[in-house]
Parts: sequence; structure tokens; C-alpha cells
Amino acid sequence: MLRIRNLKCYYGRIRAISGVSLSVREQELIALIGANGAGKSTLLQTICGLLPSWEGEIEFEKNSLHGLKPPEIVKKGISLVPEGRLLFPPMSVLDNLKLGAYLRYRQRDHENVGKDLEEVLELFPVLRERSRQAAGTLSGGEQQMLAMGRALMARPRLLLLDEPSMGLAPFLVRLILDVLLKLKERGMTVLLVEQNARAALQIADRGYVLENGQIVLEGLSSDLLADQEVKRAYLGKDYREFYDGRE
Amino acid sequence: MRGLENRNSHMKYALFSLSIVLTGWWVSNPYYLQLLTFIGIYTVLALGLNMLMGYAGQISLGHAAFYGIGAYTTAIATVHWNWPPWLGLLLALGLTAVIAFLIALPMLKLTGYYLGMGTLGFGMIFYILFREWTGFTGGTSGLVGIPPLSIGALTLDTGSGYFYLVWGIVVVCFVICERIVNSRVGRALRAIHDSERAAAAMGVDTSRLKVWVFVLSAVFASLAGFLYAHLVTFISPDSFDFIVSIRIVTMVVIGGMASIWGSLLGASVLTFLPDWLHVFSDYEMVVYGLILMVVMIFLPQGFTRGMLDIYERARSRYSRPSTSPQG
Ligand SMILES: Nc1ncnc2c1ncn2[C@@H]1O[C@H](COP(=O)(O)OP(=O)(O)O)[C@@H](O)[C@H]1O
Ligand SMILES: [Mg+2]
Repeated sequence: MLRIRNLKCYYGRIRAISGVSLSVREQELIALIGANGAGKSTLLQTICGLLPSWEGEIEFEKNSLHGLKPPEIVKKGISLVPEGRLLFPPMSVLDNLKLGAYLRYRQRDHENVGKDLEEVLELFPVLRERSRQAAGTLSGGEQQMLAMGRALMARPRLLLLDEPSMGLAPFLVRLILDVLLKLKERGMTVLLVEQNARAALQIADRGYVLENGQIVLEGLSSDLLADQEVKRAYLGKDYREFYDGRE
Repeated sequence: MRGLENRNSHMKYALFSLSIVLTGWWVSNPYYLQLLTFIGIYTVLALGLNMLMGYAGQISLGHAAFYGIGAYTTAIATVHWNWPPWLGLLLALGLTAVIAFLIALPMLKLTGYYLGMGTLGFGMIFYILFREWTGFTGGTSGLVGIPPLSIGALTLDTGSGYFYLVWGIVVVCFVICERIVNSRVGRALRAIHDSERAAAAMGVDTSRLKVWVFVLSAVFASLAGFLYAHLVTFISPDSFDFIVSIRIVTMVVIGGMASIWGSLLGASVLTFLPDWLHVFSDYEMVVYGLILMVVMIFLPQGFTRGMLDIYERARSRYSRPSTSPQG
């Protein structure tokens, strides 16, 4: 569904991604893990057209995304849940959700937008209670749910998430991951970027490890979870295992 | 829900129109009638700038230029070329739209202070143009003999005729803006205000929308300029200089950013104030500066919103002492 070949991304003259290739098949849940500064956000922003200067090939459903602006990419069915959520804090929860469907309002798709709004509110019932509240007054977990709901309002076929677990308590991380699994069951394709490697790999089909703008490892999630390198570099922060090893 | 909101809004406009009619009927003093007419013209100006500044978050310190383009275009068309005023209106609006579009393309790539500086610059350029292009604009001595407006056989030069025309236009402008604000475009404008990046990620074509709202707001200013020119029948560059741009910004700030009805308040305050306080006219710039400083520091959401917030806070403190904060 998504195929990236030899991608190089630049901030001015600084190269942040140097030759990444990866692919996401229909209805797959792919984890992309890597440390801070590895280039994960850069990669997602490039796919969405938010970063203008890149080389290589990005194909979505066999069509190149070269030269497309964000609105066109959203229209093609790719939605991003950005790093740090990037909600519109003074606007109501409902208005934030409606903004997710911005392009569909233009196509006068009102009826289906209403249906999808209902679906999103069912997926995240807490948003229904808060629908009139300003988005900025929500808690961290609620804000993440809103960011996901807002992305879903565009009715994407490929959902990109940039560190959705950031700053959330473990039970909220669990809740978010469960929603992702539920979406996958309903046919959604997901590319999940995480520093929280364990959580991401536990629900993903396959995973890629990004280091300094390059893919250093890829494979089935179960293999990556068992891989010594990955354990050392990305799963080492898990204290239980740390102590387990000592005993 | 939607039906209820619609009915509310219809009620609001019915009341608004009724109060306009009653005011026009009740106020007979031509001086006050003219003052009220000016308030209407300024309301259109402030409303347009509010769409740009309050909703989309893009500042313009040169809006007097568009106000001036509207006034001068219709003045030149009617005085020099003997066009009927309503054709002058079309030319003024069209020309303003084209100029605003051409200015907006490079200008709206700027943000923050730089946008402020850029718009300040074009405001000055147009002021100099009005002053120095003597053959067309009459230079510093201005243009006289601008014909009054008429509808059919009805000449709108008596105070109340023009009053009704201007305020009728104000109502139409309010309806237009309210519709925009509550539509997907309005949401997108507010989204751009918060974060262009996030708005773009939603699929909002931010640069296009910014240009669009800039042109809209310039056209409102031009309309106000047209109304001004045919009301006073004489224009000179000083009515469109830097301080006028600042006055419009101050109106928006007093009335409240992103508040349609606030534009009416801002325009009223800044029209009545100089009339009542004569010191005001001597220290106009100082007063605007003070107002802008105080509002920005203490009530950054604008005067109206700030007052509402204070009221809300007081009310929730006294009536619901035990509400728990959101976790
Ligand atoms: N706007 C920017 N300008 C210049 N360099 C940037 C910018 N954003 C990110 N970078 C650089 O690109 C690299 C990758 O960053 P990023 O994609 O944010 O990593 P991650 O999301 O994996 O933490 C980093 O070295 C970072 O310093
Ligand atoms: Mg990142």
C-alpha cells in the first residue's frame, strides 16, 4: 500500500534521512522504532507532504506522492496523528474533530461525516462528554484520543501515528494500543512511530528500527522483540527485565 | 441543534435590524446621525480586519491603504470620469481585490513581526501614492465634488438615508462574516491562527486560505472607503494614513479578537471617544498605544473576551465553589 524507496530528506543542507526503504501492506500494523532524533518524525512528515525537500520514491497505492501538497495527500487517504498532538487548544472538541474532516465538508459529504463523527465518539466515549469543551482543557490522554479521532475524521486508509504514547500513563498507553488493534480489525492500515519500542512491537505485525536516518533492522515483531541488539538498545529501559537478568 | 442555533441567530439579526430602524427614526440631530453613520463605516472596516487578524491571526498594519483605494477609486471614477457611483463601487471592489491578491502572495509568506513590518510598508507606500500622484488624486489638497449616492430617484444625502444604507450594509456584512466563521472555512481560519502546521496536516491549504481572507478583508475596507467617500464628498490623503491603520487595529483589539459583534463595540468606542474627549484628538496616537498595551498585557484575548472571562471566572467562583479541575 505504501512503498518507500531510498528516501533522503533534508532540512536545508542537513540530511535527516539518508536512504530509507520500507513498505506497508494493506491492513498491516507496522512499528517504526528509534531513539530521539533518529528521524522518525521527519519520515512521517515527509509522507504527509509537510516537508518539501526530499529525494527518492514514495508510492501510495502505486501512485507517486512526489510534489503533492498536504491537502492532496490527505485526500488520497493518508492521515497523520502528529507528534505532540498539535490540537487546536482554544477550539471545542467538536470543532477539532470537524477540522479533521475539513476536505470532506468541501466535497459536501455531510451525511457521511456525521456518521463518522458518531463512530469516533463511540470509539472514544469520553470525547462525547467533553464535546463542547475547549480542547486545551482536556487531560493528556483525552488529548491523544482527540488527536486520533480528528485524524480518523478524514476517513483515512493509512493512519500514521507519531509517538502517541508520549507522556501517558501505562493504562492509557494500553487503551490507545487497543484502539489501534480495533482499527486494524476494521481494515485500517497503520504505521506507528514509537520510542516505546516494547509497546509498539507487542501489537505490530512487523517492525523497522531507525537509527541516524537509516533503517538498521527490520523483521517480524516477535523476532525483533527477541533480538539481542534490540533488547540492548531499545528494550533495556524495562526495569523488570533488567532485574530479572541480574537474579 | 442546528435549527435552534439558526433561530437564535435570526432573532439576533431581527433585533439588530429593529434597533437600527428605531435609532434612525429616533435620532434627528444630523450631527449624531452622521456620527452613527461613521460608526457603521468603521464597523465594516473593523469587521474585515477582524476576519484577518482575529480569526486567521494575520496582522495588517496597513489596512488604511485598502480603505483609501476604495475611496480614491470611486472618487476618481465619479469625479474625473463621471461614472455613476455604483459602477465606481464595482471598480473599487474589483481593483482592491486584485491589488490585495498581488500583495498577499508575497506578504503572507511572512509571519509575526515581519508581516507587521511588511503591511506597515505597503500602507506607507499607498499613503505616499495618494499624496504624490497629484494628477489623479489631487495630492494633499484632495479630491472634491464626489457625488452623493442615490438609489433610483432617491438621493441619500440626508442624514437618515445614508444612515440606513450604511447600517443595512453592516447587517449584510455581519451575516456574511457569521456564516463564514461558522463554516468549515471559519474553523480552518481559527486553526491557522493556532498552528499553521497542524492546520496543514488536516489538509487545509493554508497559504491559499490566508490569501483569500486577506483579499476578503481588503474588500471590506474598500467598501468602507467607498461609503466614506460618498458620505463626506471630499477626500484627502490624511484620512488614510498610518494612524488610521492603527485605529482600525485598536478597534479590533478593543472589540475582541475573533468576535464579530466586538467590531461594532470597537468602532463605537473609538468614534465616540474622540467626540467626547477633546484631549483625545491631540494625543490620539498616545491613547491608541496605551489601549493596545493595556489590552495586550492584561486582556490578551481582547477587551470583550477579557471582560467575559473575568465575569465567567467570578461567576464560577461564587456559584459553583466545588467544581473540580479537569485531571
Ligand atoms: N526543523 C528542523 N530543522 C533542522 N533540523 C531538524 C528539524 N527537525 C528535525 N531536525 C533534525 O532531524 C533529525 C531527525 O529529527 P526527528 O525526525 O524529529 O527525529 P525523531 O522524531 O526520531 O525524534 C534530528 O537530528 C533533528 O535535529
Ligand atoms: Mg519525533
